[in-house]
Amino acid sequence: MTALREARGGAGAVGTEAVGAASGNGVTSRRDLLRKAGVALAAVAVAEILETSEALSVVHAEALPGGSSAGAKPAVSVPAAPLASPGSEWRSNVLRMQDELAAALKKPLAERRWGMVIDRRKCVGCMSCTVACKAENGLPPGVVYRPVIEEEMGTYPAVGRRFTPRPCMQCENPPCVPVCPVHATYRQPDGVVVIDYEQCIGCRYCITACPYGARGFDFGEYYTTRTPEVQPYELSPSHEYGKKWVRKGERSPVGNARKCQFCLHRLNAGMLPACVTTCIGGATYFGDLKLAGSLVSEMIGQESASRLRDELGTRPAVYYLG
Amino acid sequence: MKRIWAALWLILLAAGLVGVYERLAQGHRVAGYTSNVPWGLWVALYMSLMGLSAGAFLLSNLAYVFNVKALRRVGRLGLLTALVSLIAALFAIWFDLGHMARFWKVFLRPNFASPMAWMVWLYTAYFVTLAGELWYAIRADLVRAADGDGIQARVARRLTFGNRDLTQQAMERDAHRVRLLGTIGVPLAIAFNAGSGVLFAVVEARPYWNSAVLPILFLVSALTTGGALLTFLVAFLTRDKGGETHRQTVAFLGRLTLGFLVLDLLLQVSELLVGLNTTVPGHGDAVRWMLAGPGWWSFWLVTVLAGAVVPIVMLTRRGASVSQMGTAGLLIAVSFVAVRLNIVVPGLVVPPLAGLPAAYVEPRLAFHYAPSAMEWLVALFIVIVGVGLFHLGRNVLPVAGENRREA
Repeated sequence: MTALREARGGAGAVGTEAVGAASGNGVTSRRDLLRKAGVALAAVAVAEILETSEALSVVHAEALPGGSSAGAKPAVSVPAAPLASPGSEWRSNVLRMQDELAAALKKPLAERRWGMVIDRRKCVGCMSCTVACKAENGLPPGVVYRPVIEEEMGTYPAVGRRFTPRPCMQCENPPCVPVCPVHATYRQPDGVVVIDYEQCIGCRYCITACPYGARGFDFGEYYTTRTPEVQPYELSPSHEYGKKWVRKGERSPVGNARKCQFCLHRLNAGMLPACVTTCIGGATYFGDLKLAGSLVSEMIGQESASRLRDELGTRPAVYYLG
Repeated sequence: MKRIWAALWLILLAAGLVGVYERLAQGHRVAGYTSNVPWGLWVALYMSLMGLSAGAFLLSNLAYVFNVKALRRVGRLGLLTALVSLIAALFAIWFDLGHMARFWKVFLRPNFASPMAWMVWLYTAYFVTLAGELWYAIRADLVRAADGDGIQARVARRLTFGNRDLTQQAMERDAHRVRLLGTIGVPLAIAFNAGSGVLFAVVEARPYWNSAVLPILFLVSALTTGGALLTFLVAFLTRDKGGETHRQTVAFLGRLTLGFLVLDLLLQVSELLVGLNTTVPGHGDAVRWMLAGPGWWSFWLVTVLAGAVVPIVMLTRRGASVSQMGTAGLLIAVSFVAVRLNIVVPGLVVPPLAGLPAAYVEPRLAFHYAPSAMEWLVALFIVIVGVGLFHLGRNVLPVAGENRREA
């Protein structure tokens, strides 16, 4: 890890040098600059990937039963200090959230309460989360777990835009659950509202009942239907709920209601939800709201924290800042 | 004439079968509803047919349970109508399911916190009660029809289930059971119809639905359309047409229907005025969409003109003929599909969160709805099968006219 960090620092230095050379010294040719900068960026990128994957593998190992010696820590613990990472608040937050995730996974299901905090002041509206979620969960046309709502405020030149990513709120009192005629959707002890695809009859009552529009119906369509060939990525299995789902014919999840489940399959493997790891603005935080001192539990204590349509009494587990 | 009707029925059935084939082969890929407007024509049709069933059943039992003499001739025809409408309604909602093969789960693992689960159980109880009541109402005539050859006699023999007792005692027992089952059935029919309204009304995410008037409106609409359909059926399809009694029965049904229709309109206007004048403007969006949105014609032309103004004029005209009253009935019964559609769709086209329609744009996430050709054809199939079943029942079962023992 240390070696990696050095490599990253070194690469960063090369980068700085290259930029410095460009600005201070006109002799350096443009091609040279680009080459140097390219190498520098590549080095940074490789170092980043390695570091992140190392962090992931550590968490992963801890999450697995009988995992590596990393599991020797006390059963429930909040890492004393986030792994230091000079210059990157977001990186330290990710590493901290991963460690907290590992800690939360060691607690019994009922003692966790997965929650999300979305800082709208940091969201740039790039929709990486939306796309990452589509890819992670293999979502067809008509199903989007995490659209980003855009608002424009004020008049030119005093104009502001606000972005509101809208995952499932994982309500404490979910209106979608009691309406299901067959108990196919329910709230897990950890607070995540799930759908049992094998039980869902596809009546779509739950879709009408959600005050956040957070549920969709799988019509069995593909994005590449009217192209020469349905692309393999649309037929490859998704891993929702830790099972393999191949969308083919009328097989579930085709014909079912579908919704965001905080990437439970990733959580259980020690990974953060796809929308969190892909957020370029570092605007989405995730963790166990019941874990004292966790990043998310700290953040929801801020006075600007709010929940969507809180007046309905649904008590979402998704909080917004700003 | 009969041949023309039969040919027309066959053509429509064939068209409907095309839709059914599409539905079964393509699933929901060829449907017009979306993830955001997930219910459409079939749900509206299902509500209409359920209403017809409950309405026809309640009016029949005015004769059997409440001894309204003017409706004696309607009793059995009404029960058959109720049974056929119920079967057709269940077909409509069955086609709507994402997984048709899983419908039985509602029986094996019901969630009684869901109004939908309640509905299914109430329908089942109602189905059994209704079938039983119809059987006791026609048993004696089945026994009489069982002597002889021909299909009617063969079917009648089967349907007596070996009970061929025609003694006075047996027939009194039949009459008693009809009354008993009717007495059980009336609250069931009221419950499942108002319950369908509850199914919508409890959804607070849709302010348009979230109204305590809705269950009552459902019940009144059931009585209106049930009465209207019976007016039509009695006017045109009773065997002893032309007499003064026939005319009186139709006129009585017409007046009853008119009364229910006016009450229904009163409730609709109440919903509409409250919706238009809500102090929180967003809550009136659905009503405004219904009046001036892309489906404006379904409200103004179908509901107001064809479903209210024209039939009211026809029913209130002095010296209205039997066939005029019957036609008015048909207009009301059919046009009420638009009333149901205008309960389902406007509630859904208003986004629960502002900005959601533009957040992620693709056809299956649209906040608007128009039924696809497949949906229309499947709806046609359901109606045409209903018509066929009714015709079959009317020709094979002794349901026309009044019960002989009551004569």
